[in-house]
Amino acid sequence: MAVTDTIPEQAPRPLVGGDRPPGALADRVFRALALGAGLLVLVILGLIIYEMTNQSLPWFRAEGFNAIFSDNWVPSAGHYGALGLVVGTLVVGAIALLIAVPVSVGIALFVTEVAHRRVRRPIVYTIDLLAAIPSVVFGLWALRALETPLANVYSSVSDALSGVPILGALTANPNPSGASYMTAGIVVAIMITPIITAITREVYATCPPAQKEAALALGATRWEMIRGSVFPHSRSGVTAAVIIGFGRAVGETIAVALVIGSSPRLTEQIFGPGDTMASVIVNSFGEATGTERAALIGLGVVLLAVTVVIGVLARTVLAGRQRRLGVA
Amino acid sequence: MRSRSRHVSWLLVPVLAVGTVALATGVATAGVSAKGTKLAGATLNGSGSTFQQAYQQEATARFVKKNSGITINYSGGGSGKGRTDFTNQVVDFAGTDGLFKPTDPAPKGGPYDYIPFVAAPITVSYNLSSVKNLQLSADTIAKIFSRQIKTWNDPAVKADNPKASLPSTAITVAHRSDSSGTTQNFTQYLTTAAPTSWTLGSGSTVPWPADTQAGNGNAGVANIIKSTDGAVGYVDFSDARAAALTFASVKNAAGKIVAPSVAATTAALQGVKLAADGTYNPLNSPNAKAYPIASPTWMLVYQTQTDPAKGAALKAYLTFILTDGQKFASSVDYAPLPPAFVKATQARVNAIKA
Repeated sequence: MAVTDTIPEQAPRPLVGGDRPPGALADRVFRALALGAGLLVLVILGLIIYEMTNQSLPWFRAEGFNAIFSDNWVPSAGHYGALGLVVGTLVVGAIALLIAVPVSVGIALFVTEVAHRRVRRPIVYTIDLLAAIPSVVFGLWALRALETPLANVYSSVSDALSGVPILGALTANPNPSGASYMTAGIVVAIMITPIITAITREVYATCPPAQKEAALALGATRWEMIRGSVFPHSRSGVTAAVIIGFGRAVGETIAVALVIGSSPRLTEQIFGPGDTMASVIVNSFGEATGTERAALIGLGVVLLAVTVVIGVLARTVLAGRQRRLGVA
Repeated sequence: MRSRSRHVSWLLVPVLAVGTVALATGVATAGVSAKGTKLAGATLNGSGSTFQQAYQQEATARFVKKNSGITINYSGGGSGKGRTDFTNQVVDFAGTDGLFKPTDPAPKGGPYDYIPFVAAPITVSYNLSSVKNLQLSADTIAKIFSRQIKTWNDPAVKADNPKASLPSTAITVAHRSDSSGTTQNFTQYLTTAAPTSWTLGSGSTVPWPADTQAGNGNAGVANIIKSTDGAVGYVDFSDARAAALTFASVKNAAGKIVAPSVAATTAALQGVKLAADGTYNPLNSPNAKAYPIASPTWMLVYQTQTDPAKGAALKAYLTFILTDGQKFASSVDYAPLPPAFVKATQARVNAIKA
């Protein structure tokens, strides 16, 4: 924008010394080390993909397309069709996003636009602290404190909605213990709220004050200002935050394994027990041999693929945002 | 001055380390095995079955006390991990509750042995405050766990308990969420003893009906049973006792009602044949005194040991488990082997080339 053009260009500082400036060797060594570190990341990722794909080949060979496109996960009978698990993973991720995104956006708006500076800091610290709590703690808390009360809620909701066309089917057969897709989704929602909040907050904070002031000067209320200035400016940034949160949600393992009920099946009943790719891996790997082991490693590959796709999506969205804002 | 003394202390570290190693080796050579022969210092690594882990901890602690210089590390991870580690020679021995499948890759260390050393009952534990001595036949257990029976006063349960007054409480079935040798043996028992009523197959996980509850580990299942009125689940004997659960007596193959106990499990082994490779199947044993849901467990060892020190230590450890180890087994809720099993297994341990 116009503001950036007025910054005067700085003249380069003259170098000290003659032909070989001191520190040239150090500079080259640093360059090599940094390059090595950068390449190492790529090499490690490549090796991970190679090794995992290699080890999961028996699964793809035995099941073919059924590996991912059939709902038939019965290890005791030698069937490893993971559709139910893939869908279960996405369902938990979707529930988590439906809960976490509005809450995160609310917190971020409160912190950037509404809260007094003295309140702002403790809230930001608490949110960041939430991000650092190990997932097993969330899982155990959910198992002990969340499941039983939620079970009562589920059965009431299910009773109230029975007979309603789509919602009735979604909420049918609630698990009396409370272990279900919904419980897992709620726990994961709590776990991904901090990251979505943190990114959203940063994005909102980059909204140019001039635009906000302009809106206010035109007589907009605070909400109208947020809707008219902050939201349009931040749409793609918030989208990226949501995608990153989703990436976390699908990979969450221990907390989900503890509260999802471990029932690998394809179902629309979100109050019933289910399973995700990550929870099946953690529950079955110790006892698995042969094709089952290959299938579990294969689930890891599928999970990796999902995460990579989500990551690429987030990058694309972010890049689009930078272009639109005209960073140059 | 400060920095110099720090340098000196760093120099001391390797010297001290060498000294400690020398000392340790010295003690190790002085160490004496159960049979009185001297053992060189060695570290044995094992992994696998969590079912036998409590016993392994007790046995290794006692063995190492007698044979300083020997270190034995047993990490759990599950029978499947044990067999995979054993196949790839990552460990010196493995614990497993199940056998290699014919389709598994052959272990890389050549011919191997199954070493039986203890067994333990799997209880059918339940939570019904009004019923103290529940009795169940295999058929009824199969129907309960496959959700064909949904209340405790079902005619099938009544037929097994003519004298008890059974409540109309709904049955909640608890099972393992993680795959497990306990599930494998429990479902194997139902497949053998109630083939018509049990339709879910057998394996370390089976496709449980969706209206059942999953708990992580024996403790997780025990917890569901404890906190839910009318719940029933299968739990290892030691965990069921630790959680103070009530468990059912089960009708065995001879038609007798037997409560789960260490003695009744040894009796189950007495009724079955020990194969030449050390395998046996104690489930649904024909012995009239047997508790029918007995879970076997083995250590896997290679018949030819490449490292003499490790080989000697391993043989000494196995011998210890088959002698002293049988005596303290019941104190940690494991059933000792019948004398005939011990004799045959000791002969195979002696035949290990080290």
